[in-house]
Amino acid sequence: MSIKGTAHKYGDHVDTDVIIPARYLNTSDPAELAAHCMEDIDTEFLARRKPGDIIVAGKNFGCGSSREHAPIAIKHAGISCVIAGTFARIFYRNALNIGLPIIESEEAAAGIADGDEVEVDLEAGTVRNLTQGTEFGFAPLVGTAQDLVQAGGLKALAMKKLRK
Amino acid sequence: MTITEKLLARAAGLDQVTPGQFVTCKLDLVLANDITAPLAIEAFSALGVAEVFDRDKIALVADHSTPNKDIKSAMQTKLMRGFARSNEITHYYEACGGGIEHIILPDKGLVLPGDVVIGADSHTCTYGALGAFSTGVGSTDAGVAMALGECWFRVPESIKFVYSGRLGKWVTGKDLILYTIGRIGVDGARYRAMEFCGPVIEALPMADRFTICNMAIEAGGKSGIIDPDQKALDWVSPRAHRRFEPLHSDPDAEYAQVHEWNAENIEPQVSFPHLPENARPLSEVGEIVIDQSVIGACTNGRLEDLQAAAEVLKGHKVAPGMRCIIIPGSHQIHLEATRSGLVETFLQAGCLVSTPTCGPCLGGHMGILAAGERAIATTNRNFVGRMGHTDSEVYLAGPYVAAASAIAGKICGPDDI
Repeated sequence: MSIKGTAHKYGDHVDTDVIIPARYLNTSDPAELAAHCMEDIDTEFLARRKPGDIIVAGKNFGCGSSREHAPIAIKHAGISCVIAGTFARIFYRNALNIGLPIIESEEAAAGIADGDEVEVDLEAGTVRNLTQGTEFGFAPLVGTAQDLVQAGGLKALAMKKLRK
Repeated sequence: MTITEKLLARAAGLDQVTPGQFVTCKLDLVLANDITAPLAIEAFSALGVAEVFDRDKIALVADHSTPNKDIKSAMQTKLMRGFARSNEITHYYEACGGGIEHIILPDKGLVLPGDVVIGADSHTCTYGALGAFSTGVGSTDAGVAMALGECWFRVPESIKFVYSGRLGKWVTGKDLILYTIGRIGVDGARYRAMEFCGPVIEALPMADRFTICNMAIEAGGKSGIIDPDQKALDWVSPRAHRRFEPLHSDPDAEYAQVHEWNAENIEPQVSFPHLPENARPLSEVGEIVIDQSVIGACTNGRLEDLQAAAEVLKGHKVAPGMRCIIIPGSHQIHLEATRSGLVETFLQAGCLVSTPTCGPCLGGHMGILAAGERAIATTNRNFVGRMGHTDSEVYLAGPYVAAASAIAGKICGPDDI
């Protein structure tokens, strides 16, 4: 699967409270959640983002609350992929579970600026910064994390197990 | 092996595991709350199974928006309540007999030493204080676990934290964990199990141990854990309704890191906005005027925390204009605080006493901050906008400091009153 879009760049420790503030957690509707995505860290984000765009951040992206509403809001805001130096572990799990592509790469995260055009090849394990003409490799997922992505998320993996 | 490795190995039916290994574990309890359960129920329903794996091993707790703050929240809770009824979930809690999930689950004996537990709430790591492996997950993990009764994990490396010496006056478990997060950072234990030990931990009451493990996630930890010693077993035994088998770390267990700190050098701590790692000793806080003090939450809403706050507040009045909001962690704690006169002490001092709720901790309700306002809180997070407006500020502290600050109208300790 090839992913291509404009980068929206953020710093370290982007927490799930700023990705989707708790005042909007009185619903599970993906469209309503997406309508407030990144609201407390970047009020311009929703107006600027186009379908297929990519969020790029520093270390520990998605720290804090376990709210799955955070990756849901990002996915349904049309973001195709999140690239970060590192991810907080619950967000990482949640993203894999719901099928939001994520890439952990300190080099790629550091080598992409806000507004850069970025192309990602998940199978080949490459991130290309088309604006700067640079390329970064990333390690493939292993173990259950890989099974999850191949199955298309946790629900699909569980159904496979239940059918056995 | 460490206690964490042993717990995961046993629940996976293996003799041994090593960090980095992927395992699938049988679960002793699956938790969700009024915010995370609706999505978990959606995931569960999508699987098309006839019933939950074990109606006695699921806990559904309404606590975040409780009592429901608006119509949408009421609908979310109604959905969870309906699911609990139709699936005959044994442990459904709301209002009377309920309270904040991470306070009532241990209090009711639903988590025991030796258990492996997941919860769709990041502070599920609290139960490590009982010698259980417990970790926060998202709703889909919880929903699928309600069907399968199992969950996959990557076995974490462990970091050992050894606290020697003795705690100073007014220094609590909260101060130890804020100090710890201040030393290693909010991702200092990312993906790892934090094992807390040493003479200071051994001497700590259970309430403080819960507070410490509660905030393991604020250092990025997958879990926090404390050896289930005699004190823990004595606390658990009258509450337990089933058999349990504690496990302990081997003397030769391997740790990714070991930190050794002398508690004599640790003052009461205050974490500045907007990360829990911004911990400073009280003597270096300076002049911080506050509008609100919140005493409660899954971090510090236990009876011992309320007793600490009352010890400081007794005979004093909160500063003019101050909103000091006291939130007992459960209905039972509220009752005990009323019986023992704590509630009257709080009301006499000019505090507000709320029914149990997570409320202001996550900026939900019951004490939201306006732009430019500052709160001191015994809660666990001080991210941007956490308690309200993005231009408000939250300072984290223990109950002694939060109570003293309410009286002074600025951040200070009990000795400054």
